[in-house]
Amino acid sequence: MTAALDAIRDEFLALGQRDRLLLLLDYADDLPPLPERYGEHPELLERVTECQAPVFVVAAVEDGVVAVHATAPAEAPTTRGFASVLAHGLNGLSREEALAVPDDFPDTLGLAGAVSPLRLRGMGGLLQRIKRQLRATPA
Amino acid sequence: MTEQSDRDRFAAYAHPERLVTTEWVAAHLDDPQVVVVESDEDVLLYETGHVPGAVKLDWHTDLNDPVTRDYVDGPAFARLMGGLGIARDSTVVIYGDKSNWWAAYALWVLTLFGHEDVRLVDGGRAKWIAEERPVTRQLPDRAPVDYPVVERDDDAVRAFKDDVLGHFGSPMIDVRSPLEYSGERTTAPDYPEESALRAGHIPTAQNVPWAKAAAKDGTFRPRQELEAVYEQGAGLRPGDDVIAYCRIGERSSHTWFVLTHLLGYERVRNYDGSWTEWGSAVRVPIAKGEQPGEAPAAVGAAR
Repeated sequence: MTAALDAIRDEFLALGQRDRLLLLLDYADDLPPLPERYGEHPELLERVTECQAPVFVVAAVEDGVVAVHATAPAEAPTTRGFASVLAHGLNGLSREEALAVPDDFPDTLGLAGAVSPLRLRGMGGLLQRIKRQLRATPA
Repeated sequence: MTEQSDRDRFAAYAHPERLVTTEWVAAHLDDPQVVVVESDEDVLLYETGHVPGAVKLDWHTDLNDPVTRDYVDGPAFARLMGGLGIARDSTVVIYGDKSNWWAAYALWVLTLFGHEDVRLVDGGRAKWIAEERPVTRQLPDRAPVDYPVVERDDDAVRAFKDDVLGHFGSPMIDVRSPLEYSGERTTAPDYPEESALRAGHIPTAQNVPWAKAAAKDGTFRPRQELEAVYEQGAGLRPGDDVIAYCRIGERSSHTWFVLTHLLGYERVRNYDGSWTEWGSAVRVPIAKGEQPGEAPAAVGAAR
């Protein structure tokens, strides 16, 4: 695991259930807007079907480091929060570092009680799609 | 639509007292008798801003038992309600996302516990927001109250798999999407995680997707239109004993609400095991395709 993801995990685990949910809300509020070029080319974004809400994600290597961009509607704050956590944790890593992130990272955040295990699967789906896109990216 | 036209529409329903308008909610925000409850699919939506004073009820983390596939029991329900400041005689008014899909589910669970005065906000969260009514992130300051421990009544409005096996010959409504009904897919579009091993529908069930009961703005359709959908369309007749199901019982709660409270059917049960149970159960009859199919000859063999 990397320093940023470790820090995010510790940030969640330091809180009680209620505050973990509010921290996820902070992340949802903080999901960066899509770069303009994707607004003009929505076909470059991949739909994450594991999530109940429409969420689209694209992961690429830009200037030698990982860049994750995602978008989800305001009515889907949980999904926005999931995407934001992953973007904050993965952006700036090398491709190899990002690919080495364990698939069960979402399960380590202590969110199962606050959001339910079923909903948490959406975050696992996001992470797997990000990694698959990175794998398909030339090193 | 105006407040008056909403009232006229409500008046035609069998039990208009089960619905309130957003206008009514706005006028009762300080009414100590009324507890406004938000219940959504998205567990964080309430936190992004809710009706001032509203409390939150989540179907995953509050209403479902965390271990057994069942609803919480009487003591847990009493703790939940009391903790939210809901008394046994409170008027509980529920609103939510997705045309009140989850709000109707919460209302149905409250009905299992016999909470008498529970209503839906017509149009739900989307209508409140569209009307630019106030929302806040500030948590309400509701004092906990004593809610009695009530045993859940699973007979009146809830159906189990064996009830369904014994129900052939009486009407069933499958409220899922046409592709789930026909068996082209085992999951709802956008819900691939809630799956079943087989695809199709319970033989003889009519397919009436739940959203046919909702207008574009999430409000309920007028009674005449509902009758056209469920009676002229799906062949239900007043007095029928009806079972509704979907995937896990949430969308069919919406239909249960429509049949029970808006059209006045007195014997409607929601099969909450729904397709995630039926589509994975061993040797239960299943029909594929767009037609309801025939009732199985010897259902007993499947038990």
